[in-house]
Amino acid sequence: MMSADAPTILPLELNAVSLTLGDKRLIKDISCTLEAPQITIIIGPNGAGKSLLLRLCHGLLQPSAGAIDWRGAAGRNPSPHQAMVFQRPVLLRRSVQANIDFALSLRKVPRRRRRALIEEALTRAGLKRFAKSSARLLSFGEQQRLALARSWALRPQVLFLDEPTASIDPAATHVIEEVILAMREEGTKIIMSTHDLGQARRLADEVLFLHRGRLKEKSDAAAFFAAPKNDLAQAFLRGELLWWQRRELTPP
Amino acid sequence: MTDFGAAISTAFALVANLDSDLSEVVALSLQVSLSAVLIASIIGLPVGAALALFRFPGRTFLVIVLNAFMGLPPVVIGLIVYLLLSRAGPFGVLGLLFTPTAMIIAQVLLITPLIAALARQVMETLWLEYEEQLRSLGSTPLRSLGVLLRDGRYSLVTAVLAGFGRAIAEVGAVMIVGGNIDHVTRVMTTSIALEVSKGNLALALGLGIILVILSVLVNGLVYVLRGIHRQGVTP
Ligand SMILES: Nc1ncnc2c1ncn2[C@@H]1O[C@H](COP(=O)(O)OP(=O)(O)O)[C@@H](O)[C@H]1O
Ligand SMILES: [Mg+2]
Repeated sequence: MMSADAPTILPLELNAVSLTLGDKRLIKDISCTLEAPQITIIIGPNGAGKSLLLRLCHGLLQPSAGAIDWRGAAGRNPSPHQAMVFQRPVLLRRSVQANIDFALSLRKVPRRRRRALIEEALTRAGLKRFAKSSARLLSFGEQQRLALARSWALRPQVLFLDEPTASIDPAATHVIEEVILAMREEGTKIIMSTHDLGQARRLADEVLFLHRGRLKEKSDAAAFFAAPKNDLAQAFLRGELLWWQRRELTPP
Repeated sequence: MTDFGAAISTAFALVANLDSDLSEVVALSLQVSLSAVLIASIIGLPVGAALALFRFPGRTFLVIVLNAFMGLPPVVIGLIVYLLLSRAGPFGVLGLLFTPTAMIIAQVLLITPLIAALARQVMETLWLEYEEQLRSLGSTPLRSLGVLLRDGRYSLVTAVLAGFGRAIAEVGAVMIVGGNIDHVTRVMTTSIALEVSKGNLALALGLGIILVILSVLVNGLVYVLRGIHRQGVTP
């Protein structure tokens, strides 16, 4: 059975989650609930803690305080129902199709079912002609599309993406956004960080605004982009808050 | 100069005709060093991988011991093995001193740390890159180890070849524990040392030529493998 057919592990509940690495408090007291099936976009200046928050939610990092709960999991292991696409695509040193096949084998998808899933994912990401090429020889944008195709083949209930289009060209970005939207149509919950406000407007159903490790605002996308409630979020939308310092910003 | 010229031509004649004394020495050299490399790889590659992937008690100690052994001069390793295997030593009853087995043991001690350290380097770099993705996909530690060994295979072969290079070219340790006994423990390097001291330059040079050829072959292989590695691979 694929993850998508199983009962959902959502909602995801964060309760007073903090993360301290060394002597630095990097995520501070974040509480929120993320529901199926919208696209949740995490925005915020560089160093706000977007990547750390995604890793915490995905279980790659453990919170120093607070709790992260998949309320729907009800005792089941939530990990096999999730997938993540990282800022820099990580591909194994084997062919394009073998990369997806490996991921499917880890999820115990029977061999006879894999071929169709691989073909479908590669077609979707526009990579079918590269199926037998070495994954490491693809361009950066193609590699990121492959990383997304690999996640898609897994049919996760929840997909995390950490600035997946940060360093790729508009055409590849377009393909990636299309796949993300298609996945949402199929019922996958998307939780994604981006620094690209245009992209956030195009994709978001819901926005989390992060600043210096704190969750400053959680709003519906339409409301957020019309008029954010938080002053820092307002500054961010105006393009005045490119780094996490409040430098030239005068507090209200 | 004429002596030297004659020595060179005799040397080439010996190599070309596969002189029986010469081939015996070469065969023993290869047998000892290949066995040592095989054993050292079986120990060193997993140890290197484990050091890169896992945090376990005694890890720091192991790293220190490996690094210390890597820096030891071969004669000292020869001495240690000699003391262990000598009649009065703890393993004296086995009667291994001055046998090819003793030489293999010495070479294993000599190159296992090198292979383990190089393997660890390779695996650590790969693990740094793969860890989060593999954990995200739900890979078990054992499965991850398999992936790292597979994806690092070219670099790991390079590490093994480096170990072979060090083993076959080493003279001090095998001299001490082997004793350079004719037809029993005489290998290329000890033979060269002996023949030179006897003034028999032709045989020494012939052996030298074979060593150089072997060295070039091994390094050529390393170079080719690196090339393949850089270009990426398709299974
Ligand atoms: N492993 C780490 N150790 C210490 N500090 C870290 C570590 N990872 C990230 N940080 C710091 O945490 C902050 C948030 O990082 P990150 O989540 O990557 O921000 P972003 O919102 O740009 O993705 C940054 O200031 C970063 O320097
Ligand atoms: Mg980031």
